[in-house]
Amino acid sequence: MKDLKSQASRSTTPGKGGLTPEIQSRIGHQLRAMYDDVVRQGVPDRFAELIKKLDAPGATPQVENDGGSNDNNNGRD
Amino acid sequence: MPLTESLRNDILAAVPSLRAFAISLSGNADRADDLVQETLLRALANIDSFQPGSNLPAWLFTILRNLFRSDYRKRRREVEDAEGNYAKTLKTQPSQNAHLEFEEFRTALEKLPQDQREALILVGASGFSYEDAASICGCAVGTIKSRVNRARSKLAALLYVEGAEDFGPDETVRAVIGSSGG
Repeated sequence: MKDLKSQASRSTTPGKGGLTPEIQSRIGHQLRAMYDDVVRQGVPDRFAELIKKLDAPGATPQVENDGGSNDNNNGRD
Repeated sequence: MPLTESLRNDILAAVPSLRAFAISLSGNADRADDLVQETLLRALANIDSFQPGSNLPAWLFTILRNLFRSDYRKRRREVEDAEGNYAKTLKTQPSQNAHLEFEEFRTALEKLPQDQREALILVGASGFSYEDAASICGCAVGTIKSRVNRARSKLAALLYVEGAEDFGPDETVRAVIGSSGG
């Protein structure tokens, strides 16, 4: 297993960052798989409704509060 | 610019990737959705400062990233406590092997310094150019490139070299050799 270390760092065909293209592509693949799992969940209702609420012309949300998830004063007149 | 119908649709369309970015940054689904909500509210409140025709996703990611940065400083310990929350965000659980591999990857990702992690995600998963990623992170393009490279090297070391000693040769060696046909 120790020679893996030298294989990985002293590759014969290093790409960006000295990594083999295979390792790079594997990292890229896993990274996108993780990310896309979330992307595929689409837009939760919570956010669709939030943006819909701001539909009314001139409805500008007041967001000076750092409180987070309270959404009872988001620009409703 | 005013909040037009099409701008609102574009913001909505960016929500899935904003969530993915937020979860990758925070490792915590609940925190991530709070971050997204706050990002949307800020964006809508400051929509006048958005330049029509400029990159809307990059603008939104910048807001989210800055919010996370200020939030993170406040609640660092909680974030580090979030082990395991990520998997709960998945609607379908991957198969056992894939799941193990996935958990390993996620754990390794969380070990990266924050600068490197966000650079890698923006470029490697969100699909931003180095230039856009640099503008989102407020640093030079060369800095982003070097962060991405360091992130990749560190992930490789964590996953495909050290991991080999713990989990035996089969999967990891295949990964290193690159004959991953499936």
